[in-house]
Amino acid sequence: MIQFSNVCKRYPGGIDVLKNISFTIGEAEMVFLSGHSGAGKSTLLKLIAAIERPSSGSILVNGQNISLIKDGALPFLRRNFGLIFQDHKLLYDRSIFENVVLPLKICDFDHRESAKRVRAALDKVGLLNREKANPIALSGGEQQRLCIARAIVNRPSILLADEPTGNLDTEYSGEIMKIFRSFHQVGVTLVISTHDEGMLGQFNGRVLALKNGELHP
Amino acid sequence: MKNWLILHVHVFLSALRKFFSTPLSSLFNILVIGIALSLPAGMYVMLKNIQNLAEQKIASPQISLFLSMDTSKDDITRIDRQLKQHAAVGQARFVPREQALEQLKQTTGLEDVIGGLEHNPLPDAYIVHPKISDASALKTLKHELQRWPKIEHVQLDLDWVQKLEAILKFGLMAILILSMLLGFALVAVTFNTIRLQILTQREEIEVSRLIGATSAFIRRPFLYFGLLQGLLGGAAAWFIISISLYMLNSNLSQLTDLYSANFTLHLPSTEDQLALLLLSACLGWMGAWLSVSQHLWKIEPR
Ligand SMILES: Nc1ncnc2c1ncn2[C@@H]1O[C@H](COP(=O)(O)OP(=O)(O)OP(=O)(O)O)[C@@H](O)[C@H]1O
Ligand SMILES: [Mg+2]
Repeated sequence: MIQFSNVCKRYPGGIDVLKNISFTIGEAEMVFLSGHSGAGKSTLLKLIAAIERPSSGSILVNGQNISLIKDGALPFLRRNFGLIFQDHKLLYDRSIFENVVLPLKICDFDHRESAKRVRAALDKVGLLNREKANPIALSGGEQQRLCIARAIVNRPSILLADEPTGNLDTEYSGEIMKIFRSFHQVGVTLVISTHDEGMLGQFNGRVLALKNGELHP
Repeated sequence: MKNWLILHVHVFLSALRKFFSTPLSSLFNILVIGIALSLPAGMYVMLKNIQNLAEQKIASPQISLFLSMDTSKDDITRIDRQLKQHAAVGQARFVPREQALEQLKQTTGLEDVIGGLEHNPLPDAYIVHPKISDASALKTLKHELQRWPKIEHVQLDLDWVQKLEAILKFGLMAILILSMLLGFALVAVTFNTIRLQILTQREEIEVSRLIGATSAFIRRPFLYFGLLQGLLGGAAAWFIISISLYMLNSNLSQLTDLYSANFTLHLPSTEDQLALLLLSACLGWMGAWLSVSQHLWKIEPR
């Protein structure tokens, strides 16, 4: 499903953030990506979603080499992913409902059907009764869950979560992990980055450990 | 197809909503565009009115036909009939030579000189009012009449017509130049409005890109906004022109009453009005398109 072969990434003018990374993530697998701050976790996730392009090496997603993909086809590739960003990227000029409905609007989704889907997604993360509020009125953990709702609303086959439990206490992060495992059970492929070693110990999934830009098995 | 239509209606409605979410600045934008457009459009309306008036009342050219001295009564009847049947001739008035002499006496005050003449030197004549008004057709008519028998001389006074045509052409040119300049201003206004919108919606654009929006999807609302703003600006221009004409007409009636004339300024034809709206909408779209293609690519998601 996701295959990295000898991928290197260097930002313009910088050092090599990722060095010779190779791995494969199978369909419906749930994988953790660990590493210290600055190890290159976000960079790796951005490479999968073609937000950044690799300096060398190839990346296959669903058998498609995404470093060769044309700009015009990029939007359609991205629709396969549910993205949870480290910096949330919520829009504070509109309601929670409007935030979650955005991915459906982008795919020209039928209006009544999308309202149903938005409510289902909000229900899943426990924000159903807040749909008219502005995301600014949400706590950190609630905003994190709103990001999840937006990422899952178009039922992606791959969920990429960048530190979804970032600065949350263990109770909250446990809740969020519960949500992720429910997706895992229905066959969604998940890649979740974290620097929280404690959380990794709790869940015995596969872990890709990044250290100084290299993968340590 | 139905989905496509619904989609576009939605985008249009949200552009409308965006428009009313900042009512004051939207209003000012519309006014600026409206005023800019109303200048050349108003001048055009005036020009059309002057053209109408001139053609009807002032510059209807006339052709004088001078018959040869040996014209008989039968010839005159024939010429009379021919003139009446001619498609390009509206009215033809016969002026007998005696009447012409009489007129000459009265208008020039040379009674003594003329009274001293042994016989009347003037020929019979026709004053012809043609139905046509453009210069080249009039010339053709003149040459045709020239060839008729017993017609000695044909005199066509084209001066007025030619002067008027030249003036109108000049006016039209001036309006064209002004329209182009102000059309450019409209494009610039829209360009700037859209630029500001893109800046304030930077985050939305960025997120939309990240979650799979196509360029067309991102561009569409801005293009519609430009279209809408242009359209409303055109409507404003039309409104300004209508009000101005109304006010001018009420003043004009006082003036024309004094001269016991009857003349009102007319609104542009429906086609001209539609053309104005269409043009302003197109220019708005163009400004938005330029702005979008200039600014959107700078927003790259990170
Ligand atoms: N756009 C960029 N331009 C230049 N350098 C960058 C850019 N993005 C990231 N980097 C550098 O790449 C390295 C890895 O960054 P990355 O965000 O992938 O780390 P991370 O593992 O996600 O860290 P964290 O846990 O703090 O989020 C960092 O040293 C960072 O400075
Ligand atoms: Mg990161």
